[in-house]
Amino acid sequence: MAVMPADALSIGRGVRIRQFFGASWRSYAVLAAISAFLLALLLIPVGAVFITAFRDGDGSFTLGHFATFFSTGLMRESFGNSLYVAIASVVAASLIATPLAYITVRFQFRGALLIQTLGVLPLIMPPFVGAVAMQLIFGRSGSVNLLLNETFGFSIPIMQGLTGVIFVESLHYFPFILMNLIVALRAIDGAMEEAALNLGAKGWRLFSRVVFPLALPGYLAGAALVFIKVFDDLGTPLVLGQTNMLAPQAYLRITQVGLEDPLGYVISVIMIAFSILALWLSIRVMKGKDYSTLQKGGAGIVRRKLSHGESWLAYSVIALVLLVVLSPHLGLFLLSFARVWSFSVLPDDYTLANYATVFADSTGMITNTLLYCGLAATIDVVIGVAIAYLILRTRIPARQWLDFAASAAIAVPGIVLAIGYLRTFQSFEIGGVPITQTWLLIMLAYSVRRLPYALRSCMAALQQINVSLEEAAEMLGASKWRSVRRVVIPLMAGGILAGFVSSFITAAVELSATILLVVKESQAPMSYGIYLYMQSISGRGAGAALGVLLVLTVAVGTYLSHMLADRANRNLEHAR
Amino acid sequence: MIPSFALRSAVIAALMSVTASHAGTVTVITSFPKELTATYKAAFEKANPDIKIEILNKSTVAGIAFVRETAAGQRPDVFWASAPDAFEVLKRDNLLVAAPDVDNKAIPAKIGNYPINDPQGFYKGQALAGYGIMYNTRYLKANKLAAPKDWDDLLKREWFGHVAMTAPSRSGTMHLTVETILQGEGWDAGWGKVLEMAGNSAQITERSFGVPDGINNGQFGAGPVIDFFGLAGKYSGFPVEFVYPALTSIVPANIALVAGGKNTAEAKKFVLYTLSQAGQELLLDPKISRLPVLAYSSFGTKIPAGYPDPQAIVKRAKVNFNADLSEDRYSVVHSLFDQTITFRLKELQAATKAIHDAEGKLAGKSNSQAADLIKQARALAFAPVVSSSLAGQKDFLKVFASNKKEVAVSKQVTGLEESWNRKSRESYGKAIELAQQASALIK
Repeated sequence: MAVMPADALSIGRGVRIRQFFGASWRSYAVLAAISAFLLALLLIPVGAVFITAFRDGDGSFTLGHFATFFSTGLMRESFGNSLYVAIASVVAASLIATPLAYITVRFQFRGALLIQTLGVLPLIMPPFVGAVAMQLIFGRSGSVNLLLNETFGFSIPIMQGLTGVIFVESLHYFPFILMNLIVALRAIDGAMEEAALNLGAKGWRLFSRVVFPLALPGYLAGAALVFIKVFDDLGTPLVLGQTNMLAPQAYLRITQVGLEDPLGYVISVIMIAFSILALWLSIRVMKGKDYSTLQKGGAGIVRRKLSHGESWLAYSVIALVLLVVLSPHLGLFLLSFARVWSFSVLPDDYTLANYATVFADSTGMITNTLLYCGLAATIDVVIGVAIAYLILRTRIPARQWLDFAASAAIAVPGIVLAIGYLRTFQSFEIGGVPITQTWLLIMLAYSVRRLPYALRSCMAALQQINVSLEEAAEMLGASKWRSVRRVVIPLMAGGILAGFVSSFITAAVELSATILLVVKESQAPMSYGIYLYMQSISGRGAGAALGVLLVLTVAVGTYLSHMLADRANRNLEHAR
Repeated sequence: MIPSFALRSAVIAALMSVTASHAGTVTVITSFPKELTATYKAAFEKANPDIKIEILNKSTVAGIAFVRETAAGQRPDVFWASAPDAFEVLKRDNLLVAAPDVDNKAIPAKIGNYPINDPQGFYKGQALAGYGIMYNTRYLKANKLAAPKDWDDLLKREWFGHVAMTAPSRSGTMHLTVETILQGEGWDAGWGKVLEMAGNSAQITERSFGVPDGINNGQFGAGPVIDFFGLAGKYSGFPVEFVYPALTSIVPANIALVAGGKNTAEAKKFVLYTLSQAGQELLLDPKISRLPVLAYSSFGTKIPAGYPDPQAIVKRAKVNFNADLSEDRYSVVHSLFDQTITFRLKELQAATKAIHDAEGKLAGKSNSQAADLIKQARALAFAPVVSSSLAGQKDFLKVFASNKKEVAVSKQVTGLEESWNRKSRESYGKAIELAQQASALIK
């Protein structure tokens, strides 16, 4: 059996961890630092806003608003819809991601790196223009439906109703599963597969009984992210006009001009609680199972050569999937060169003027995006690795709560976090300059909002590393810090990279907190620039052009980090 | 922590990204598009070389939150946006400065019956905008629809699924349009029209800009849109047209001085400039296409041929707008729209479709029983769940104007909303049944 039976090892292992990693003062110091970060940048600011949910008119404590929530039919309906959409999206996203991940890792395949980079692109759906591009391709009068209607006389209402939400969400977020699954598949010890092959397992049985279970931490990390993200997602339902889900209900109430409706905050609090519950469940599934393998970084699972027919089939599957998932980007690309595109399969005519406009007034935004998102993603992986280590390698009490607290950020609407920051940090200054006038808050908001992505990847990566490797290092005389630095982190590199990339990419398209926190146009990142253009009809082409630049910037960044990781991997192999 | 002074100032300079703020800088918070703000910035800076304008574009909601959550003395100086309700909120929270001295006396006091400036002088009307119908000519041609001229055209059977609109709770201007229809047609008949138009809608968009945007790219056929969006789309070369229906409202977009701003003195100059003859003429730029508040007589020949004249449009309109009535039932109209239309759109669409289908079958035939059933179905689907007598009661309206932070109030309001939501769902369901019975009767 590839997966070691839980009870066989759990008792001995538990004792071993406790003896070997007695919670040192250093672990407590790290715990304190992370807690302070989360407290100052997430819990206190958000609490300052959410307190409305627990307050009566005179300021006294009440749970009355929660009672109102549960007695409202519309709220129950919204909850059901959100749950349905989230579950269905996980299923659909898995169906897209699993074949892509499996084919590229499992077989000798040209351009696997390219596919893995392209497969991440759907995450970079720039605000507003992404939605417009999607409508232009798949909408009621989009290219696909216009073509279908011209040739066959019918159209597919794929962008309508809850089905439309599921369609868009799974196209948008399947890369979370793809990235984590690829890392996990790569980290599988080839010996496990050999053993299974020797014992006669083949084909589907080999995949479903050995390979997939070994990659389960990565898959679950991705699937949990997709579930929580979709459950809490606001943009897609709003663009598709689906109001009867929790996130839009909260948002519509919070952003109504002039009325402060506590129910909006109540919904947000309930969404946070439910997201943590979902996370807890996904951790329960993993509990008592050991997915680590010893021989890491060495021979991975065997890469099979494909026969001529098989390779033709594999390429067609991948081409088809990529064509569907990347068509919004194709739409964005066309839109950026379009003068007028309205109710036609392709734009009427093409121009370079949009790019000229963008280069004339927003080049500073590219630097800002790289700076803020780079810093934010770096903070995220540092904290992500630290939390993962504390949870999986120490017995510090309440360590699990770090995970829950950090992950709660996913369910906090950006506008709530931003209002909380302005309220909390109003009187803070750095060297005489109020902190609210700097870009520091934008960057910190990114790091807090995107921390859950990096964290899940880091957790999954560490789960796959067997503790014996560190024990060995320490027995050979390495200090704890040295063993972390020289053994754990290099072995986690793939997962850390996946975490960095998902934080970086998703931070680059963050808008709701950005709009509120930008105090000078010179400080604005690209997502804000896109918003600015998309406020007017003539700005749509320019917005798309900036969107294309955003996608390119982030894609090049992703490709480079994959290259770096690959090189590091190869060096590791050579060093062996 | 940071070792030397030099390094410290370098870090701060980096955080602030370039120069410390200019001595004569006026910061303007606005939801207006770049074409408009850039034009004003350039023209004002040319006329006042020692003052710099920093434009900060935020959605109206984010703009209000930003002003409210920033410490006095750090705040931006000017707030410039469309939604009249946003300015009411800022005024209520003491975030605006009354500036009776900042005024252009040549600007008329009223447009129709609607005051252009805040009576207490907290905010000024800076441009005028009216709602009308925008439509995509290619979409209409492909779907064989005739160009609409009035709201009633959008209620027709063939328009089912081709309309889009936004909700009054999402757009102050849409609120005034709904209110105009309610005042012009009366509560019951007015809601009937609004419900019927919504029943024909493919979507109730969350942003008011979602309607013109969707019509531009051909996602929707037509919908109620603020004039400058329609006109700007047309001038940018999109296959769209814009018409003012008979029943329309013209309302001011406003500008105001923020209390606790950094540079109120020079901000006054900017506000004054936007109200001056020179500032008003900038509105006529085709990229901007907004209607000046200043009477057309003062422009001489500068008004382009065929440019809409707001005073004339208002004169033509059948309704005498009552601003007090609108304010009294402000929240009720929002809630009623959202609970029975926005959140129940699927059911309303189904009821509308069933009624249209039955009417289509009946067309040209005589079947009094079926006709009667259709009439009943219409009465169920296209009637407000709040009667006009209840909507006129002061106590009832007061509940909605009270503080929702109080559990008791919130419970009462939510309870009422819940009952409207349920009742409308039931009515739509029954209307579908009746319409289907009618269809079955027609041979």
